[in-house]
Amino acid sequence: MIEVSQLTKRYGENLALNNVSFKVNKGEILGFLGPNGAGKTTTMKILTCFMAPTSGGARVAGHDIFEESLDVRRNIGYLPENVPLYQDLGVRDYLDYCARLRGVPKDQREERIDDVIKKARIEEVENTIIRKCSKGYRQRVGIAQALVHNPPVVILDEPTIGLDPHQIIETRKLIKSLAKDHTVVLSSHILPEVSMTCERVIILNKGEIVAVDTPDNLTQKLQQSQKVQIQVRRAGEDATTKIQDIEGVTNVGTARTDRGAVTFTVESAMDKDVREDLASLAVGSGWGLLEMKQIELSLEQIFLQLTTTEEGVNN
Amino acid sequence: MRNILTIARREVKAYFASWMAYATIAGFIVISSYIFFVILTQNKQDVRLQWVFSNMAVTFLFMTPLITMRLLAEEKNTGTIELLLTAPVTDWQVVLGKYFGALSVFIAIFALTLIYPLTIEHYANPDRGPILAGYLGILLVVCCYVSVGLFSSSVTDSQVVAGFMGFGILLGFWIVHWVSSSLNNFWGEFLKTIAIVPHLEDYTEGLVDTKHLVYQLSFIFFWLYCSVRILESRKWR
Repeated sequence: MIEVSQLTKRYGENLALNNVSFKVNKGEILGFLGPNGAGKTTTMKILTCFMAPTSGGARVAGHDIFEESLDVRRNIGYLPENVPLYQDLGVRDYLDYCARLRGVPKDQREERIDDVIKKARIEEVENTIIRKCSKGYRQRVGIAQALVHNPPVVILDEPTIGLDPHQIIETRKLIKSLAKDHTVVLSSHILPEVSMTCERVIILNKGEIVAVDTPDNLTQKLQQSQKVQIQVRRAGEDATTKIQDIEGVTNVGTARTDRGAVTFTVESAMDKDVREDLASLAVGSGWGLLEMKQIELSLEQIFLQLTTTEEGVNN
Repeated sequence: MRNILTIARREVKAYFASWMAYATIAGFIVISSYIFFVILTQNKQDVRLQWVFSNMAVTFLFMTPLITMRLLAEEKNTGTIELLLTAPVTDWQVVLGKYFGALSVFIAIFALTLIYPLTIEHYANPDRGPILAGYLGILLVVCCYVSVGLFSSSVTDSQVVAGFMGFGILLGFWIVHWVSSSLNNFWGEFLKTIAIVPHLEDYTEGLVDTKHLVYQLSFIFFWLYCSVRILESRKWR
């Protein structure tokens, strides 16, 4: 449904996308994951013909983005990062304008608008002026707008940003339900979001594709080990060796604080929880256990890990 | 054509949903009615609507940028431009839709000023030719102004900048006219051809000359063409 080949985009000296190629099959939900400035939005802007790439090309629903730009746009529903709303219009009027702009025939317009209002769950604000809608409703009006002409391809840039947890769950459900009739591309910088909704994930970093995989494989790849941080008052000379001797520990890192306390970062295999052994070791040796906590991989660490490991593979 | 209409309709709605349009229209009507009143009371024997028209040309010079400044600058500022330009409409359709949308405000103004010729009709028996031709002339002048205003709005995402820029360009053409009348040579004639307002004179005398039409239509085309190119340039930056 979408074929992207060797897309490169430069903003002056700045390389925003570097030789990016991928394919999206019909009915698939593809997620773009990456930190800010990774090139997610740029890719989407190129696919929707808002921008042209510096080099490379793409086809959407069989149409070339250069040669048949209007046909491409006819086949795409797009929710930009900043939801494009006219503050002075009512929700229904706004959707009517969007439907007209996308060439929905007159006899289908009402029906289409009713349909997306129901799908996006914005019945309550149907006749409210957009200026007076809450952030959550605005975001959903934006999603409704992208669906109003029933496009085969739906592109959503950060669709759940600004929603409360309940709305996020609803929106994810909505996106999942789209997969039956639509091909969906969405972007996010939240890992669980992508893994929950998407069948395939492309990880972008600094304009390059770092990894393409299913969320399951990716999660496994990312969480090869778990980390526990433990802080003790007085560690013996042999503390590191002792910790390393605990069954399942793969790596130990140390750091000393100003007051003489020592922090160990203990890595272990995914399926091996070493916290209990670690605690009894510290207490048994009389080190004076101060603190122990499990470390979740932060987004930055995940990207760091991914980018470094993948580079390692390439070299 | 349908797309142009859709975009123009949305502009008209936006104008008449805000106080801005009403305020500018009211301001204009107050000024031009005052001028009409002065002309009526001071020239009891010989009343010509053409004086009203040439005064309108000045008032519109100040007013047009206020109406046109939001056209594209606002869309860029709020991000709705992405909605517009990722819809299956061409850049020309966007520009023309915006153009006709803004013109609609002026059509409303002209409808209100019809009270002047009707007043004259009521009390006297005026020559209708110059009045009709004069309306066509001032409409075309406004069409020129709006094309400049639209262009200014296409280059920036700040309405204030767009407003000042539109006003600046129009003032430039005004100065060209002003300079041309003080030069009594070829350059005077040349500058007079370039300026917008001198082309109004023949219309208000009741003369519809193709040479003025050609100037005005090319003038409009030039600025609209530039606006389209500016819109397109987003792709390559």
